[in-house]
Parts: sequence; C-alpha cells; structure tokens
Amino acid sequence: MIVRVQLFARSRDLAGADAVTVELPAGATVAALRAALAAAYPRLSGLLARCAVAVDTEFARDEDSVQEGSEIALLPPVSGG
Amino acid sequence: MIRLTHEPIDYHALTEAVRRPGCGAVALFLGTVRDLTGDVVTVALDYEAYPAMAEKKLAEVEAETRARWPVGDVALVHRLGRLEVGDVSVAVAVACPHRVEAFEACRYAIDRIKEVVPIWKKDLGADGRAEWVHPHDVAAPGTGA
Repeated sequence: MIVRVQLFARSRDLAGADAVTVELPAGATVAALRAALAAAYPRLSGLLARCAVAVDTEFARDEDSVQEGSEIALLPPVSGG
Repeated sequence: MIRLTHEPIDYHALTEAVRRPGCGAVALFLGTVRDLTGDVVTVALDYEAYPAMAEKKLAEVEAETRARWPVGDVALVHRLGRLEVGDVSVAVAVACPHRVEAFEACRYAIDRIKEVVPIWKKDLGADGRAEWVHPHDVAAPGTGA
C-alpha cells in the first residue's frame, strides 16, 4: 500500500514538501513506516528519531499498525505556547 | 472552550467569558513573544499547527482540566501565524470557586498544551535567521509559556 505522510515544521523544510509517500506492506507497523521514511528520504533521518508519528490524529506507538487510508503525520518535537 | 486563531487574542473578553457566579477566582495565563533567549535576539515567531489534531488535543486538555479541578469554565486559545515581540501567542483562562484550584488548573492546562498539542514555532532573528524550535533539553526561544 502507498501511504501519505504529512510533514510539519522542520521535517517539511527538510523534505521540501508538505507530504511524502512511502510504500509499505498492508498492516505495516509505525516502526516499519519510520524505517521506510528514513530509507526513502535520508534528509529526514536525523530528525525522524525525535519525531512522534500520528495515525488518525492520535499519537501512535511503534508497534501500532498503519492501515490503507490512515491519516498519517510526522510530528517533530512540539513548541507551542 | 478551545480555539486556534490567526487573529489577536482578546484576553479581556476571554476572561469575562469564563467568569461564573459560583467562581470566586479567575486565573489568566498569557504567553507572549520574548525578545531575548540568552543573547539570541528574536524579532518574530511564526506559529503553525496540525489543525485537526491540535484542536483535538486542546479539547483533551480542557477535558483533563475539568476532570481534575472544580472548573466553572475554562478557555484555551492559541494563535497561529506571524507574531512579533510582545504579541500574545497563547491564553488560558480558568474560573474556579477558589484561587488555589484556579492557579493549579491554569498551570496544568498551559503545561499540557506545551507537551501534547501539535503546534510549532519558527524563531526569526534580525539577521534573517529563521529556525524551527524543536526543543530537547536546552532553553528554547519563544515565550514565557
């Protein structure tokens, strides 16, 4: 499946895009998503380890799975306030 | 009440909106853009959000705050876009029966906003410097929030 990952703040600047896509096996985990992002977009790899991943607007754990059509976002450390 | 806005935050109206006859205490916290972090000069901050999730997380912070303290009403508002030194970036207004609860609830809400709400700021310096703030353990440019 092809999943689209929304990017914000520095991750968007590093990738030069609001969103990127990666190909994953159906039901892949968030950990697999992280690995696929790092491989496909090496410029993201440094920041990636410090980012949270959101699936359907909720913080996801590495063992959580990603479904086709899930809304996925890469969230660098937040700095609101 | 929670809100993301690109407009200036009317914190007087916000404070009035949370007042209740049963609440003898209203605590208001404002985060404002600070000009100096160490010796680094900030002239403006650019705030952006992941809006759908930021609104959801703000609503969760409101619900957590209401669950922990006897809140008459609470308002959480975060501004987005370009803010200059002194501008208000975030406001938390809480009304409770007594001051201890109001202070504690207000402190809890702003702390949680900074932890869980997907909002980011880019620090803009006078020399054209523009850096996203992604804190780890060091003092980050920003506000008093």
